[in-house]
Amino acid sequence: MRNRFQKILATLATAATIALPAAGASAQDVIKVGILHSLSGTMAISETTLKDVMLMLIEEQNKKGGLLGKKLEAVVVDPASNWPLFAEKARELITKDKVAATFGCWTSVSRKSVLPVFEELNGILFYPVQYEGEESSRNIFYTGAAPNQQAIPAVDYLMENEGVERWVLEGTDYVYPRTTNKILEAYLKAKGVKDEDISVNYTPFGHSDWQTRVADIKKFGSGGKKTAVVSTINGDANVPFYKELANQGIKATDIPVVAFSVGEEELAGIDTKPLVGHLAAWNYFQSVDTAENNDFIAKWKAFTKNDKRVTNDPMEAHVIGFNMWVKAVEKAGSTDPDAVIDALIGVSVPNLSGGYSTMMPNHHITKPVLIGEIQEDGQFSVVSQTPGLVVGDEWSDYLDGSKDLIADWRAPLSCGNFNAKTGKCGGQGPVAQ
Amino acid sequence: MTRRPILLAMLDGKGAIFLGVLAALAVLVPLSNLFLPETSPLHVPTYAVSLLGKYLSYALLALALDLVWGYCGILSLGHGAFFALGGYAMGMYLMRQIGPRGVYGHPVLPDFMVFLNWQELPWYWSGFDIFPFAALMVLAVPGLLAFVFGWLAFRSRVTGVYLSIITQAMTFALMLAFFRNDMGLGGNNGLTDFKDILGFSVQAQGTRLALFVATVIALALGYGVARYMVTSTYGKVLVAIRDAESRTRFLGYRVEHYKLVAFTVSAMMAGVAGALYVPQVGIINPSEFSPANSIEAVVWVAVGGRGTLVGAALGAVVVNMAKSWLTGALPELWLFALGALFIVVTLYLPKGIVGTLAEWREKRQATATAKPAGIAAEAAE
Amino acid sequence: MPRLLCLLLALACGLLAAPVRAAPADAGEALTLIASGRFPDIEKGVDLLARSGDARTQAIIEALRDGRLAVAADKRVVIEGANGGWSDAATGEALAEAPPSPKAVRLNNRIRRAVEAALGALTLMAPDAAARRQAAEAVFRSRDATALATLDEAIAREEVAGIRRLMGEARAAILLGDAGASDLQKIEAVDILATRADQDALALLRAAAAQGSPTVREAAEGAITAVERRLAVLSMLQNVWYGLSLGSVLLLAAIGLAITFGVMGIINMAHGEMVMIGAYTTFVIQELARTHAPGLFDWTLPVAIPMAFLVAALVGAAIERGIIRHLYGRPLETLLATWGVSLILQQAVRSLFGPSNREVGAPSYMAGAFDLGGLTITYGRLWIVVFSLAVFAALIVALKATSFGLKIRAVTQNRRMAASMGIRTPWVDTMAFALGSGIAGVAGVALSQIDNVSPNLGQSYIVDSFMVVVFGGVGNLWGTLVSALTLGIANKFLEPFAGAVLGKILLLVFLILFIQKRPRGLFALKGRAVEA
Repeated sequence: MRNRFQKILATLATAATIALPAAGASAQDVIKVGILHSLSGTMAISETTLKDVMLMLIEEQNKKGGLLGKKLEAVVVDPASNWPLFAEKARELITKDKVAATFGCWTSVSRKSVLPVFEELNGILFYPVQYEGEESSRNIFYTGAAPNQQAIPAVDYLMENEGVERWVLEGTDYVYPRTTNKILEAYLKAKGVKDEDISVNYTPFGHSDWQTRVADIKKFGSGGKKTAVVSTINGDANVPFYKELANQGIKATDIPVVAFSVGEEELAGIDTKPLVGHLAAWNYFQSVDTAENNDFIAKWKAFTKNDKRVTNDPMEAHVIGFNMWVKAVEKAGSTDPDAVIDALIGVSVPNLSGGYSTMMPNHHITKPVLIGEIQEDGQFSVVSQTPGLVVGDEWSDYLDGSKDLIADWRAPLSCGNFNAKTGKCGGQGPVAQ
Repeated sequence: MTRRPILLAMLDGKGAIFLGVLAALAVLVPLSNLFLPETSPLHVPTYAVSLLGKYLSYALLALALDLVWGYCGILSLGHGAFFALGGYAMGMYLMRQIGPRGVYGHPVLPDFMVFLNWQELPWYWSGFDIFPFAALMVLAVPGLLAFVFGWLAFRSRVTGVYLSIITQAMTFALMLAFFRNDMGLGGNNGLTDFKDILGFSVQAQGTRLALFVATVIALALGYGVARYMVTSTYGKVLVAIRDAESRTRFLGYRVEHYKLVAFTVSAMMAGVAGALYVPQVGIINPSEFSPANSIEAVVWVAVGGRGTLVGAALGAVVVNMAKSWLTGALPELWLFALGALFIVVTLYLPKGIVGTLAEWREKRQATATAKPAGIAAEAAE
Repeated sequence: MPRLLCLLLALACGLLAAPVRAAPADAGEALTLIASGRFPDIEKGVDLLARSGDARTQAIIEALRDGRLAVAADKRVVIEGANGGWSDAATGEALAEAPPSPKAVRLNNRIRRAVEAALGALTLMAPDAAARRQAAEAVFRSRDATALATLDEAIAREEVAGIRRLMGEARAAILLGDAGASDLQKIEAVDILATRADQDALALLRAAAAQGSPTVREAAEGAITAVERRLAVLSMLQNVWYGLSLGSVLLLAAIGLAITFGVMGIINMAHGEMVMIGAYTTFVIQELARTHAPGLFDWTLPVAIPMAFLVAALVGAAIERGIIRHLYGRPLETLLATWGVSLILQQAVRSLFGPSNREVGAPSYMAGAFDLGGLTITYGRLWIVVFSLAVFAALIVALKATSFGLKIRAVTQNRRMAASMGIRTPWVDTMAFALGSGIAGVAGVALSQIDNVSPNLGQSYIVDSFMVVVFGGVGNLWGTLVSALTLGIANKFLEPFAGAVLGKILLLVFLILFIQKRPRGLFALKGRAVEA
């Protein structure tokens, strides 16, 4: 008996060692692409769509004959909105599945969790979501917006067009709102806004009772000066926030709310009639009327077999990122990470709003900034667009710690945090790498 | 009673197998990783070593939980908090080890403090640059919290679901607190991007193996401590408390003292588990405090077999292995499989894997003299 | 709103029928500006139009507001009729054929404000009371001095006291900011605004106190103190109301759990998912109404309540029959099994409805707010408070005054004795669990109005629900009521001082300490049964 027991234990214990590294058939004729988006847990709301869009892009590329004469194959895993699991799955994708590139992550913490893994194993990650900046890794390509590609143009718009003088910076308590609001505060003060005209407030994740906050905003806004809310409220908490705004009758004509995390997907869960005129700043809206975009939307609806599926900014970021990767692999002639990382810089592909986006040496891309107003049908009407493209600024000029840093991954500098003042590559410090 | 029978009891049956398996793991896994060629089917790749290390840290957490739940009837829905506190203590040490190699090159402050304009390190960060201090904190912080919490709760005789729910409230409150950026512990992002531990790179193969072996040893030690506690006279009283708390009190035992010791030791074990977990997964953040994580730990114990120690550890490994495998193999359906597993185990293996196996053995060996430490018929409610 | 629309239509038709007058030059210029497509020019155009006194002004601006004003390819500005058909904006003549590729004139907030202000001045004397009220509010906001003459005339004609007061306040707001007004007029305005005594009035008074002549300043300062005092009292009341409304949400979320966990002793981790099922049932019913009978949309919630109860109760009964009934006597193991059920239900809903939020709309009676002596009460919250209390009352009646309730209580107090008395205990168990689940489903209908309808809906309430039940005392429904309301109000009083996060932490710490003091909650059941 004891033998049997022991056998079971031993089998179970060694199962991991044998089952896990049972690497897929090392087929030479496929190039694997990892998709690292949560399909369950709290972030599934946002991330599942990105998995779908990646599957669509890969299918399309295969219809066009694949890449370097090989078929692309998607490897989908579910990191389940669990941050350590992100790191584990990233490791699995690179070492076990041997993916050529990975598209994934949504939250900053998930990116922070996988960053050491990608650097250690020399993988390539395309990160498609707007974020707080303050990072530039050799192995990560940031196709979402940095704060200067979203927040600052939005504030400029409100100042110039709405004459806003009083600001409520309302955010969920995590690093993206904290950093963005720090940057905005510094920016507003540089523009002459007084301390008492800025109110910063943070609420926890998933905050659902907004009665007090909305009443406070109303109060702050009735001070006689034109007031606007800059919202960095995170996904889940937005719906109750907007519902409360609508219920308490705060109209966009009184106190406009400009949001950086509310797109077409999030609005799909709300009745937008009372919200008409509230704003969002992105680099893409579904309502952008260009041939590329209309074509993309048609394909998306056909792929999902659902006429009501919407498109949004992070999806566009994946489209751009994927096309850039394809181009870079073709340029490099192989999927070797070092070659592709070098080839990616300078690659230009059409974005969906009618221009070209280019991968800059700091691993961020150029984008137009669009300001949209919410319409009754849950779409945005673009009310402002930057005349040219804005280069993503990874190290903000408005933060003390980072204004001297630059990132340039081209040889010979090849550094993500070069301190222009000390002339040193900051991260490496005194210890040699 | 002399000490010998206790030691013998520790090495009896399941315990011997368990320790044997652990010893084999500690030796074979590093050997296979280092010396077998990568093409060999028996080669354990480095990432699998860390993965196994993670499972075994979870196993230690489950063991700690089983000590209080299986033997003392305290269903803690907040053990994840002790685990996470131990993890944070270790994480703080690892952050201090980064030194000036952060992206901003600041000599002392971690990156997240630099860009949020912190001017100096908060007082509670001091000392964490010294490993022995950090190691002490790994034990002391969860231990102290458990001591204070337990002292309050057991003294006023909070039992059953009330106790479960306030442990849940505790971990929930801590989660909210750690989410706050003003706490100075990295907020939602937590602590990450570690470089060195004791001067060795955390990413190096050797360090990973060492951490794995350390986890195996910690688990074995944890098992030893728990086993010693439950097989001693002290342990008999614990079981008595679990089965009939009032009666034990009327017999003259200071029930709250017994519970307090078990709870505090268990919390310290959970803290050690957390401290070993952090360098192997590379991140610690407030979601480790989430009530769902603590509930999951309870589920591991139940799957493996409550009140068996070995079962708890086994349950943790099995469930997490299933999770790792299913999230890759069935990304869209794995929750169905996991949910079904829990239901099936509850309905058909009420004593968990190990408990059920023991039952079979008992049936087959009618001559067996000692009853295995199975779970009592009525749950302490 | 529909009434208003009818009225506007009637007005528009009336204007169409009226003999067409040639538009004066500046109206034509305004239209050219509006046709430009540039936001600042459109705004200028609206202003110009509002001042032109042209007969077509109202029709054009209303069309602009409703998105019916368009520019054709030939640069003509046209209006789309509410039921199709096109007319020329400048003349109002109906067009025989649709204009070439008309593009609706787009709005932004500035233009919306200009439109509101213009319409406000134009509709001050509209026959419809609601329109006049809206107009008075719009003028109060815009403080457009050019509307003063019209306002005076409107006040003289106005018969409804409430609207007359609003118009008076609008007039006072204009005068207070008008450099040309005399001190006497301004002091009179200060008095009027002091009686309005809300945030808007306070802002105006502050502005007056900062720049008026000494006498005006003195009057304004006096008024400010009075208004501030009143507002402080109001904010206390407001907090109580917010607390009640948060408490009623907690009550709704917890009350089903008070049955399954409190009365039956099942640690029901799938409780949140029952709430979620209720919310999704509401969504499905609304979706059906949207596609098949849009006119009945307001009825979706009354229909959803019994449906959600039924669906969740059925799922609950299935869970009880399939799983939980095997686990009686092993209460802690129900935690494990129901945790599994909850994972499965979440994933099932995710596969069925997709992972993203679903839109559950608010029927007309749930939207908006009203003013109660200075307190803003939103209808949605009011209904939820009423609804949760009604559910609670119904549950109490069901448990205390029906034979089914009697049986539930008998079984939970002493199962064997109840069985000996001929009660079919398994049946009672199933029914009781179905009842608790059904009530959770009903809670989902209400929560769908204020929260995300997503697969994670249940997860966000489960911890709070357990806290509420335990704080109130397991097995005591009244305890649940008191505890939900207490926690709600305490939370809302802590929030302004400590912030939302710290407030919640403080509350949890309080809860932990409170349980030390009263280890069995607020209302502990007495007697030996509890010791089991």
